[in-house]
Amino acid sequence: MNDAESIVELIPRLRRYARALAGERTAADDLVQDTLERAWSKLHLYRRGTDLRAWLFTVMHNVYVNQRRAARSTTPLDDEMPELAQPARESDTLVLRDLDAAIRRLPSDQREVLLLVALEDMSYAEAADALEIPIGTVMSRLARAREKLRAMLAGLPPGGGTQLKIVK
Amino acid sequence: MNNTPQDDAELKALSQALHQLYDPVLVEPVPARLHSRPRRGRAAAIAAGWVMLGLCVGTFAGWQLRASRPAVVAQAEVPPFVKRAAIAHATYSPEVRHPVEVGADQEQHLVAWLSKRLGAPLRAPKLEALGYSLVGGRLLPGDNGPVAHFMYQTDKGRRITLYVRTEATENRETAFRYASEGNVNVFYWIDRRLGYALSSADLGREDLIKVANAVYQQLNP
Repeated sequence: MNDAESIVELIPRLRRYARALAGERTAADDLVQDTLERAWSKLHLYRRGTDLRAWLFTVMHNVYVNQRRAARSTTPLDDEMPELAQPARESDTLVLRDLDAAIRRLPSDQREVLLLVALEDMSYAEAADALEIPIGTVMSRLARAREKLRAMLAGLPPGGGTQLKIVK
Repeated sequence: MNNTPQDDAELKALSQALHQLYDPVLVEPVPARLHSRPRRGRAAAIAAGWVMLGLCVGTFAGWQLRASRPAVVAQAEVPPFVKRAAIAHATYSPEVRHPVEVGADQEQHLVAWLSKRLGAPLRAPKLEALGYSLVGGRLLPGDNGPVAHFMYQTDKGRRITLYVRTEATENRETAFRYASEGNVNVFYWIDRRLGYALSSADLGREDLIKVANAVYQQLNP
């Protein structure tokens, strides 16, 4: 398989990650589209034999950072979102929805690390590579992200699940 | 690594939950726009392509060519501002007493005010030749800042609205597109710093294109 075919193969993976990262479908596919455009035009910079997927994630990370810089307006809200009163929860599907909402409230640099490790199953080293940051930063961001998620999800009433483990 | 086993179990549970949430995306059909890769694959060729497209879009001939067969976009790919424009149209165009905040009698003030709030020089196109006169306009909240909303009507009271919002500077999606949202038809395009959506509940595509054409020509003389 040549590089081009490999890129096409990886589009669903890019879309999954983008959806988790950007949330809404159109915005996520915009991110994928911009990533692909940049990847096609920079393909000559990709070093053959290295991990193409990691390279694409790096491209997406850079596109994402640029987009956020351009959008700017949403950034300051990231850190200190107020807790809203939650209605009583009934089932496990709602826990998933809470998780989705909680992830959306993480600062974007922590969200990226969390998703690369927990959704894309990357090692710390691979995530560090993709985001072009030191491995120690990956670990500290991951720890902070998990701590925040724990705090956000612990705010749910009993039965809504203080632990993620109840999600089957 | 330096996680306690309990932490690892938690990470595993988190990972499982994330897969449950987002794995469905893997089997969704990939939108066509993500498959359109440049044939020649080289940066220069792509750059040349964009320049050509820019020339095309920038000239009246290009506009005519595109306007004659606007793409009908699948709902999922329509940018969110188009929906907002359609909702604004549906909300304000039936208004009898308060269709606008500032009336056409204060057009200069209206345009100056909206330009200031959007941070971009705006103009209210003149559409009398097509039978539409300016009713006025208002400021609306958009998803990335203030939006200008102009309303026009015929002497029979048929109304169209023009929704104008600022775009990210690197936004290069300049194609002219047509979408329908509920019973509102919207013709939209992005031109440099501004995104435009022209909405009507009772004009068909061809008539809407005529108006959009006039708007575009006036904004790009």
